[in-house]
Amino acid sequence: MSLLRVQDLQVDYRVAGGTVDAVRGVDLEVATGEVVAVVGESGSGKSTLAQAVIGLLPANGAVRAGSVALDGEELLGRSEKALRSVRGARIGLVPQDPGVSLNPVQKIGTQVAEVLRVHVLADRRSAPARAVELLERAGIPDAAVRAGQYPHELSGGLRQRALIAVAIAASPALLIADEPTSALDATVARQILDHLDTLRAETGSALLLVTHDLGVAADRADRIVVMSQGRIVEQGPTAEILERPTHPYTRELLAAAPGLAVVDALPPVPVSGTPIAEVRNLVKDFPLPRARGSWRREHLRAVDDVSFTIARGETLALVGESGSGKSTTARLLLRLADPTSGQVFLDGADITTVRGVAWRDLRRRAQLVYQNPFASLDPRFSVREVITEPLRAFGVGTREEQAARAAELVDRVALPEAMLDRRPVELSGGQRQRVAIARALALSPDLVVCDEPVSALDVSVQAQVLDLLHELQERDGLSYLFISHDLAVVRRVAHRVGVMQGGRLLELRPTRELFDDPHHEYTRTLLGAIAGQQARV
Amino acid sequence: MTDLLDPRTAADPTPTPSSGRPPTTGRARLGRFLRRRPGLVVSILVIVFVLVSAVFPALFAPGDPTLAVPRQRSLPPGPGHWFGTDYLGRDVWTRVVHGTSLSLQATLIAVAVALVVGGLIGLLAGFVGGWVDEVLMRVVDVLLAIPPILLALALIAALGFGTTNVAIAVGVASVAQFARVMRAETMRIRGTVYVEAARAVGTRWWVTLGRHVLPNAAGPVLVLAVLEFGLAILAVSSLSFLGYGAPPPAPEWGSLVSEGRNYLATAWWMCAMPGLTIAATVLSVNRVSKALDGEWGRDR
Amino acid sequence: MIYLLRRLGFAALVLWASYTVSFAVLYLLADPVATLVARASDGTAITTAELDALRARYGLDQPVPVQYLERLGAALRGDLGTSFVNGQPVGRTIAEALPPTLQIATAGLVLAVVFGAGVALTATYTRSRWLAQVLMGLPSLAVSLPVFWVGLMLVQLFSFQLGWLPAVGARGPAALILPAVTLALPTGALIAQVLVKSMSTALTEPYVTTARAKGVGPLAVHLRHALGNAAIPALTVLGYVTGNLLAGTVVVETVFTRPGLGRTTVEAVADQDVPLVQGVVLFAALVFVLVNLAVDLIYPLLDPRVTQAVPA
Repeated sequence: MSLLRVQDLQVDYRVAGGTVDAVRGVDLEVATGEVVAVVGESGSGKSTLAQAVIGLLPANGAVRAGSVALDGEELLGRSEKALRSVRGARIGLVPQDPGVSLNPVQKIGTQVAEVLRVHVLADRRSAPARAVELLERAGIPDAAVRAGQYPHELSGGLRQRALIAVAIAASPALLIADEPTSALDATVARQILDHLDTLRAETGSALLLVTHDLGVAADRADRIVVMSQGRIVEQGPTAEILERPTHPYTRELLAAAPGLAVVDALPPVPVSGTPIAEVRNLVKDFPLPRARGSWRREHLRAVDDVSFTIARGETLALVGESGSGKSTTARLLLRLADPTSGQVFLDGADITTVRGVAWRDLRRRAQLVYQNPFASLDPRFSVREVITEPLRAFGVGTREEQAARAAELVDRVALPEAMLDRRPVELSGGQRQRVAIARALALSPDLVVCDEPVSALDVSVQAQVLDLLHELQERDGLSYLFISHDLAVVRRVAHRVGVMQGGRLLELRPTRELFDDPHHEYTRTLLGAIAGQQARV
Repeated sequence: MTDLLDPRTAADPTPTPSSGRPPTTGRARLGRFLRRRPGLVVSILVIVFVLVSAVFPALFAPGDPTLAVPRQRSLPPGPGHWFGTDYLGRDVWTRVVHGTSLSLQATLIAVAVALVVGGLIGLLAGFVGGWVDEVLMRVVDVLLAIPPILLALALIAALGFGTTNVAIAVGVASVAQFARVMRAETMRIRGTVYVEAARAVGTRWWVTLGRHVLPNAAGPVLVLAVLEFGLAILAVSSLSFLGYGAPPPAPEWGSLVSEGRNYLATAWWMCAMPGLTIAATVLSVNRVSKALDGEWGRDR
Repeated sequence: MIYLLRRLGFAALVLWASYTVSFAVLYLLADPVATLVARASDGTAITTAELDALRARYGLDQPVPVQYLERLGAALRGDLGTSFVNGQPVGRTIAEALPPTLQIATAGLVLAVVFGAGVALTATYTRSRWLAQVLMGLPSLAVSLPVFWVGLMLVQLFSFQLGWLPAVGARGPAALILPAVTLALPTGALIAQVLVKSMSTALTEPYVTTARAKGVGPLAVHLRHALGNAAIPALTVLGYVTGNLLAGTVVVETVFTRPGLGRTTVEAVADQDVPLVQGVVLFAALVFVLVNLAVDLIYPLLDPRVTQAVPA
């Protein structure tokens, strides 16, 4: 008999002006000890499904029909009180964002002990010691010390481990993990998922893993459930889904999943003439706030002796985890920030210290596409105003010429001309990023810096935007500096890849070489953390 | 991916509006918005009434506000005098309607002073930053340390009595609040990615200020201005109640309540009616401010 | 320790600056002598010699910077000058007026916190949407009513109609009830508004979901998890709230014809008694600074993050 059986589940949300169906008739089973991954893009209803199972839908959500049974016992329609004896005790939840999922004003140990106290698994005296044990089991070093600390004193990875300790405290038969690692760096994510696997193997808990990342699902799950627009489009054993997907949507997801699809890396671009951009020995220090009782200001070296060149028509990628200095390097190259030392060249000219008019002229040569297309467009502007802003800034052309240029640009980023009068809120994430790209192209720059341009987008949309960037490069001979944390994405777009850690550029080599034969230990760790490899082997 | 995977947004399956309901015209949307909020409609009507009576008081109360009819002293509310009459036999309704003009003038001056001075200080501090910000905000901190009413009283002690002085005092006392909000908004907008994006495409700073920062920062500040309008009515009428406003017999909302005070035991309406008018106006203003603040934007 | 010193330094700075601001407003904006003349002359003409004597008596014959420094020096020694009207030291006038004001202010603050927190916690806890709507509407109603009018209406109802409580005066605890309630109403509403907002925010935070997923009951989630976080923003308005409470006594003491600091202020403003008005303003700033110092000391107990990063 299955541990969890969901039948014909329907959930909708009350929104202004009516209701929205989030889950439309889902049937799902999880057997004892099994790992089932629910995969889907944003809005597919996968998180709603997980919330409905544990009975913690947002206030405006409601289950319309269906059944959720744990061990044959119906959970839907139970009183809040009855559900409380299930939550934490028989179903454990590993939440999404460890940064905000722990109570900031309570000690870690207290928060773990609370589960034990609520379900009367320990009394006031034994709970603290048991909590320390659980933290240890979740893989937290110095658990006794950590138990006395507050969440803000722990790193993201440690916080997620504390949350895992909470989830496994009562040895629940079922664990639900809702995007457990998407807020973490890849290497940390891999350690956490590995540890979760080990713990689960020890206790025999089943795991319902909700993720947007088909690679993660492929690595970890016995079975994969693919959701789209509130429905399950396909489900089956992992190997079967990966090798013989039957539904077109699954095939599309597979093709787009960066870690799974095997793509040939681009060959290096032949170098001829002056590079379009070059940085030499760049260093950037940020002052740290003064430590208590000290008048000396410490500095954080964000970028440490970085040098590279970008050839015409080349895509150079800088990869690294958060805090590696990759974004700062990009801003230094564009002169949006000033280096502490080192030099920046654009097309052979030293631009390290240009100011005023000359600085503004740089904007015609080098442009920037931001990570978050939801934040980089002024909400009050229409698409037309966004795209023509650079033209207005430099007084290029008459009003009619600018309008014509805007039409041409939206066409180039494959958006319908009707979009010109829309406002950013009316566009999807992928459409917004296309608008941002069109703005960057308005002044026909030679170099475009893309700072995590696809990391806020769903995978299928990611692939489309990456293809667009590639086409534009082929057509116009653009050069890109591509900043990303995602090696799988980088592999698709870059001619050469530089790996950054702690402000230093560890190695910079042609893409294929780097992936096949990494020199540096850290590069190997990064490569090992790409989700989806275990399945491919 | 953290932005997108915030549970609140990830859990919210609202389809992008482009694929949702057909776009409605502005007027239809306004109609639907108002029909669902009868309280808001009443509030708007009250405000319109108050504004009209400030300019054309004779429209609603054709009588003379200072005309005393000794035979009709202290009549309770009823037909003919539906707010009653005062101790000299003057019609309270007529006096309230004619008092609107002075009270509203003072309120408008107060809000204008606070909005202009506070807004400029906040904009300067937020956009220039550095030591300018540091100095301006310390001054604002000090102003915030003195309760507004006391600050206004100190100004009145220096400037002397009268409606205009009361208005200026109330306005100056609210400058700090505006400066803080305007600065916070300016800094928020200045720090957004789209402002940096504008800079990165070569837009000059003053163009950025005019086209990005001001329009996006104006919303919350105007909401505050509407809210301040309500607070200023209360502050102006309090000071007028304390006797610092226009000298009698000119009617003002606060002084009308004060006049009725001595007859509270026998003729409650002399106090109650002007006070009720103040309360209704402030409630209406606050209701509109709330609608502007969130409901209108949310209800798309 | 450094944290405390910093806060003390800032408190001193605020006091000095409020002294300067009030000096600028009261001594520079208008001519205090004109006020003095209006007071002393009683309609009869005044000679230049008499005028100079008056100026000299109050130290107004000195150049402005000298006056400022001398007065500031005196203020640092605790001498706030002499009232233009009754010739008494300002410090003594304030000290004498203070006790009855402290009575209603303390009672008002207690009532306000009880009202405010009670309404906010019930409104966010109750599962009845209807009750929540009504409770959340109360604060915005209360802040829209003119305080002086509320006081008069309470008097009309409880003193004149029902005859339960005295209408005026300061004798006995019964006379305290109506003024304290009047004072507490807008303040309590403010506390309720802040707390409703921060509670509602806290209740949608992911850590609340984590707690609920542990199987923690609603009351414990409410008090142990949400309130601990929501109290922090509510605490920051306490300085502001206390200051406004003090300012509220100006109106309340007038309405209920009670003696106290509020009444003294009203009369000082009416008489344009510049030193006394400045003394009251400084006293209010002192209260604000002291309350904020207390809040700063409580802060690290409520929010472990504060001890780490010293707020500027």
